[in-house]
Amino acid sequence: MKPRPFKLIRVDSAEGASEALARHGEEARILAGGQSLVPMMNFRVAAPAVLVDINACTGLGGITRTGDIIRLGALTRHRETATSTLVADALPLLAMAMPHVGHLAICNRGTFGGSLAHADPAAELPACALLLDGSVVIGSLRGERRVAAADFFRGLYTTAIEPDELLLAVEFQARRPNAVFAFHELARRHGDFALAGIAASAIRVGEMLGDIAFVGFGIADRPVLLPSVARLAAGALPRLPQIAALKEALAADVEILPDNQQSPAMKAHIVAELILDALGQLSRKGTA
Amino acid sequence: MDDLVVVSMTVNGRAVRRAVSPRQSLADFLRQDLGLTGTHLGCEHGVCGACTIVVDGRIQRGCLSFAAQMEGHTVETIEGATASGRLAALQTAFRERNALQCGFCTPGILLTAAEFLADNPRPIRDAIRTALSGNVCRCTGYHAIVDAVASAAEALS
Repeated sequence: MKPRPFKLIRVDSAEGASEALARHGEEARILAGGQSLVPMMNFRVAAPAVLVDINACTGLGGITRTGDIIRLGALTRHRETATSTLVADALPLLAMAMPHVGHLAICNRGTFGGSLAHADPAAELPACALLLDGSVVIGSLRGERRVAAADFFRGLYTTAIEPDELLLAVEFQARRPNAVFAFHELARRHGDFALAGIAASAIRVGEMLGDIAFVGFGIADRPVLLPSVARLAAGALPRLPQIAALKEALAADVEILPDNQQSPAMKAHIVAELILDALGQLSRKGTA
Repeated sequence: MDDLVVVSMTVNGRAVRRAVSPRQSLADFLRQDLGLTGTHLGCEHGVCGACTIVVDGRIQRGCLSFAAQMEGHTVETIEGATASGRLAALQTAFRERNALQCGFCTPGILLTAAEFLADNPRPIRDAIRTALSGNVCRCTGYHAIVDAVASAAEALS
């Protein structure tokens, strides 16, 4: 339960981190909050030869708003996201998701950028980033580029980040007028990874819901948009769709993978129930 | 043998400067190098909460940071928090309610509960359970622990 020996490079700027990554390439990993990477190192599932510690970097943290764009720096701690009034006002989906992200001690240390870069398929923040069509800002000595969340998550613990690149920030559009959101997951214990979960959004005008979208997580090798489920739900309104029809739509959108606790059928059932919960929440007046 | 890194930090109010191996966890450093054995290591992957310590005023897992990362930071362990008196109400409540048996998890639970009560002075019972969900106790079944935190909250308010 101790990590393999590694070389620790402490940097104080994104440029310093990029230089270290350029020099060490695939041997190196970025160390941000370490709340996922260090357990994997302690289990020796991960054994990087070099860790580039970015915790002292200035300019990588903080939540800022420029016009309609909300930018969360890579080093933004979960606690800061969870307690930010800017997030609560402009990104209510994130505010709904944060209570499900980790225990208190984990949230004091874990980072927004780290959660996306780690790309655990059962994690909450990648699912939110996908539903909100977030733009992931990635940098290296070669320059800066932006990757849409839909292109960022490539599979189990796999993202579009190249070995010499560093996740710098994530940018989101502030909530549109009349946009409503829902976030539901099932976990065995508060703060644990979800067995499965659903993030949902819609535009609500009066009693009508439009532009409904769903992302499922904890069901495949990455968070997945569920367009067939959204079409079914839109067609059924104002009634809720039947659970059997929901499962059919779900099967058209994604091949659900089992984990060490749940069969695909069990996960499909959990997700279908969570979709019904989410639709109920989207339809209710007075919800965010 | 890996290269040692020199690191300076404040631990329980005292300046500490040591050469450490990069792979040494902060919890192992506190126990082995500084003799502060009130920080316990259970699972060593962030699940059990026994290694909970305070860095720059906020709790975190001692097993998921490396001592070499603590340059310039302020660390407080159960020993320092106890000596400061800031845990006294919780410790009294734990003793009166028999909220521990073997005591292995207790330092982490006390530090977690103290941070929770500082942010939530009048918590409902469910909120106490949620706040302690990252601290595993294999003896008590948690009821007495939740009782003790609730009665400490009352005593402090």
